[in-house]
Amino acid sequence: MLEKLILVGIIFTISLVIAMYATYFERKVAAWFQDRIGPDRAGPFGLLQPLADGVKMFLKEDFIPRNSDKWLFIMGPGIAMFTSLMTSTIIPWGPDIVTASGNIVLQVADFDIGILFILGVVSVGVYGIMIGGWASNNKFSLFGAIRASSQMISYELAMGISVITIVMMTGSLSLRDITEAQHGMNWNIFYQPLAFVIFFVCSLAELNRAPFDLAECESELIGGYHTEYGSMKLGFFLFAEYVGMFISSAVISILFFGGYNFPGMDMVEGNTLAVLGVVALFVKIFFFIFVIMWIRWTLPRFRFDQLMHLGWKTLIPLALINLLVTGLVIAFTSGWFN
Amino acid sequence: MQSLSNRSKVVSDKPMTFMEKLYLPAILGGMWITFTHLFRKHNTLKYPEQTKAFAPVYRGMHVLKRDEQGRENCTACGLCAVACPAEAITMVANEREKGEEHLYREEKYAEIYEINMLRCIFCGLCEEACPKEAIFLTDRLVPTEYERADFIYGKDKLVESMDYRIDITDRQSTGKRTEK
Repeated sequence: MLEKLILVGIIFTISLVIAMYATYFERKVAAWFQDRIGPDRAGPFGLLQPLADGVKMFLKEDFIPRNSDKWLFIMGPGIAMFTSLMTSTIIPWGPDIVTASGNIVLQVADFDIGILFILGVVSVGVYGIMIGGWASNNKFSLFGAIRASSQMISYELAMGISVITIVMMTGSLSLRDITEAQHGMNWNIFYQPLAFVIFFVCSLAELNRAPFDLAECESELIGGYHTEYGSMKLGFFLFAEYVGMFISSAVISILFFGGYNFPGMDMVEGNTLAVLGVVALFVKIFFFIFVIMWIRWTLPRFRFDQLMHLGWKTLIPLALINLLVTGLVIAFTSGWFN
Repeated sequence: MQSLSNRSKVVSDKPMTFMEKLYLPAILGGMWITFTHLFRKHNTLKYPEQTKAFAPVYRGMHVLKRDEQGRENCTACGLCAVACPAEAITMVANEREKGEEHLYREEKYAEIYEINMLRCIFCGLCEEACPKEAIFLTDRLVPTEYERADFIYGKDKLVESMDYRIDITDRQSTGKRTEK
């Protein structure tokens, strides 16, 4: 029990620190892509910039518009932050750590329904945006909220179907089982490249990240659902996005890139394996965070009808065909037709 | 219609090919372009530490020059004020008294000389109009202030001090005049 509590504390801290520094690296990466330097004034290499931003957020006036629904207005960012932090509970961070008094499992909870839990919690996450946008009592916020929820509905389907292919291959919904099945270099990406592409595109849409950031859409909706927000409530919305980025990078690494598995993992064992496994997972996570940022600073935003077109007419049929082919291959290889 | 310049292009709205509909090749191409930018030299000038040299023709804050003996060149003729298209310059003339020969070069001088830096458009016509080589636009910047009144610069800010002469030798218009 105590070790779980400590693990929760550590994961909570790590998620927040990574989200903090993701904001810093977002600005740095953007600067590099645009031949600039980026923040370099606060501390060495600007490393204290996230702290400065946080202090700024806290010191701003905490304003609630007069015509807004006060409680829902406060709840919105809370839900967004809560749900994005909650998904980290079922991520398997590494192989077991061996101690004298037994193994320590580097996973807060290993639900049987693992990946379903993530999909469920992420769907609740859109309530934060929806409630926030609705409670603001502002046209732009409402538009942002509507866009976010319709986008979420359209892309969750394709996402779920592409996850089902992985589940079919593994035979389990548990993220730990899915990770264990990809031992060494036996990663799912080599069997399911199409499912990976679909899942990746859908997770960008779920995260409301560019090129699917229509819910925020600074140029037309002036921030969308968080137009009316300021101070740390706005900070929570933005922060939830970065925590979500961290978690979805972790999920992508686990589903398609072997989680904490790495080539040559049979040569080490015990706690060395555990440490290297955690390092391998974090390397993959950081790589995907970088890729998500890379995409943001490369691609322009989709138009809304293009977004719907891509979701319903392209990704869902593709995911279904992929599901069908995977099912047939599994059926043939396991000899159902003999 | 016939193209005269041979440069016009006909806009096409032909449907996208299969490769274009895939989006992915174009996306990867775009990502490659941004990736190459990661390794380019940045163009940033770290401003307070590094500064960029002004062009020799840069027109910034004015200076009222003194001659070699430290006497003010300005005789309050008012030509600069007349030339000023923004009506930024005002002055009050006064007669030089006995014993003030070391202060003012000629018999008349400007007792008050004010330039409103918020009105000034830094066109340099005052410098061109001046027959006494008294006023020049330099490569100094007008600093920011909190009050509008503080932007009206009097002689205290405009006349160069003897300890800290403002170098205007590489200004464009000086070369022409000093030949005379």
